[in-house]
Amino acid sequence: MRPIDVIEGKVSVLDRADVDTDQIIPKQFLKRVERTGFGEFLFYDWIRDGEIELEPNPILLTGANFGCGSSREHAPWALEDFGFEAIVAPSFADIFYSNCTKVGLLPAILDEEHCRAVAEAGEARIDVDDETITCAAGVFKFEVEPDVKHRLLNGLDDIGITLENGAAIDAFEGSGASGYGPVTTAL
Amino acid sequence: MPQTMFDKLWEAHEVSENLIYIDLHLVHEVTSPQAFDGLRLAGRAVRRPDKTIATADHNVPTDGTMAARLIADQLSRVQVETLERNCEEFGIPIYSLGSERQGIVHVIGPELGVTQPGMTIVCGDSHTSTHGAFGSLAFGIGTSEVEHVLATQCLGQRKPKTMRINYSGELGFGVTAKDLILATIGRLGTGGMVGHAVEYAGPAIESLSMPGRMTVCNMTIEGGGRAGMIAPDEKTFEWVRGRPAAPNDFDAAVERWRRLASDEGASFDTEIDVDAGAISPMVTWGTNPGMVVQVTDSVPDPAQMDSPADRESAERALAYMGLDAGTPMTEVAPERVFIGSCTNSRIEDLREAAEIVDGRKVAGSVRAMVVPGSQQVKADAEAEGLHEVFRSAGFEWREAGCSMCLGMNPDILVEGERCASTSNRNFEGRQGKGGRTHLVSPKMAAAAAIEGHFVDIRDWS
Ligand code: SF4
Repeated sequence: MRPIDVIEGKVSVLDRADVDTDQIIPKQFLKRVERTGFGEFLFYDWIRDGEIELEPNPILLTGANFGCGSSREHAPWALEDFGFEAIVAPSFADIFYSNCTKVGLLPAILDEEHCRAVAEAGEARIDVDDETITCAAGVFKFEVEPDVKHRLLNGLDDIGITLENGAAIDAFEGSGASGYGPVTTAL
Repeated sequence: MPQTMFDKLWEAHEVSENLIYIDLHLVHEVTSPQAFDGLRLAGRAVRRPDKTIATADHNVPTDGTMAARLIADQLSRVQVETLERNCEEFGIPIYSLGSERQGIVHVIGPELGVTQPGMTIVCGDSHTSTHGAFGSLAFGIGTSEVEHVLATQCLGQRKPKTMRINYSGELGFGVTAKDLILATIGRLGTGGMVGHAVEYAGPAIESLSMPGRMTVCNMTIEGGGRAGMIAPDEKTFEWVRGRPAAPNDFDAAVERWRRLASDEGASFDTEIDVDAGAISPMVTWGTNPGMVVQVTDSVPDPAQMDSPADRESAERALAYMGLDAGTPMTEVAPERVFIGSCTNSRIEDLREAAEIVDGRKVAGSVRAMVVPGSQQVKADAEAEGLHEVFRSAGFEWREAGCSMCLGMNPDILVEGERCASTSNRNFEGRQGKGGRTHLVSPKMAAAAAIEGHFVDIRDWS
């Protein structure tokens, strides 16, 4: 994952609430076994049917509960591959939010009023370290969890971080706390 | 201090702050290939293949194709074969196409008994919440997290908030677990549980069977919840007893499991009360599971809605669904009926539907299919003769898989087709581009197949 720090530029607006992952990347594209190349299928039906138009700007501004539905990480992959670096919305579905942070796509939560202001401004500058979004209408705060911020700013690999904690995992496994539960390989 | 069941589970699995140990990792073909690639690139192994299990479900044809290499669709074939190869390379047990244990990942876990109380369970699939019905902490994860769990058997997690929904009273005649959860989501909205681990409690939940509890927990994600869970009790223990993966020292396990329930006086971030006795059979009318009404109601009128945003999304949903405001739900006529999915494809669901169908015929205007959740469910159903009941009524009887729940295999709706479905999502295009999905219980789906339109199952005979 590459580090992200400042995201700056034009804002694409998708003025809908409850946009689900089946719209972001329809299932027929989930059959691929690669991780790249999903951008051209982003919002496939909506774009192809002329229901929406989207420019691949750095920032996507959208409605509440964005990314609800499935756990498919193909959704953030497609958004990122299309060209977005940050998604700004009043709220996100849990799994989608977490998936974005894993791939280095910034999900920023901003209340409805400030979202509207950013949409109208049409351009913005997002500073991950400061947790601010600056546009013609002002400077707005958003929040990122400290450990997520640390990873985003430094482009860190989650697995590497956890494996540094290998002793704690060994200890947990040695303590018997993980001794319960089925042994799948014995079935 | 009194603890919630969630707190107990979290505490027992915390390796270090916000890093939790995973007792069971379920893997399927769609969300895993990129994770295995990641492992290979970094030269990492799977830490605990003995706590991991895989099956092929999302992509598999349900027409009797019995080996991955025979799948006609090239991309699906590659995906299932890739899963088989990855499992072989990393030593993970797999039940792929052709195995008598193959099936939807959330159906086979409980069926094999690998889903047990007190565990942490993850899968690259949002409906992993299903397994919470056993008093486990179970939730869906993305592909990066799949790779993380494969490599470390742990997962970094923000601790969710807790919610308890207390159901008083009893479900009425003809009203099922599916109606209970649809009504709940209708009330709370699709974002109503976001950020929460949700415990379902109260007499109406206690009287549900295990399959019913799984249906409820399954749809937690449709309310935005992180995980759904139900305290284990005698029914839970009886379910696990004797299954292939049941603990050897079963009594000692039960002793431990009895201590999992939330303590008296434990406090939740949010508590909600629902009168189960007031719930009716439900039917969705729109394009998310929160857009739902009682079968006795009519299609809602967007003009009557308070917020402009609700009005707009309702208008868009009605246009997509091809419905007019004010039409009684019982006049809505599906051309397709799908009984299946991890929400409602267990043997009990099939029995309920078969009871309705028995001795009757599917309406001439309807094409109906039953897709058992697993090969085991299929075998059990056939042993009881349910397949004959369905077939002689005019239903198609298929092999196990996700099938038309999401239409990644050839089972899809064509543009404009309307479907009564026992699955969990009615998103635009979910069952096929332009397809129109109405979510209902198995009984309601079966009755709609016979009559050619929705009926109130309570006064239908
Ligand atoms: S049956 Fe449907 S919801 Fe369940 S795992 Fe399969 S695709 Fe997902």
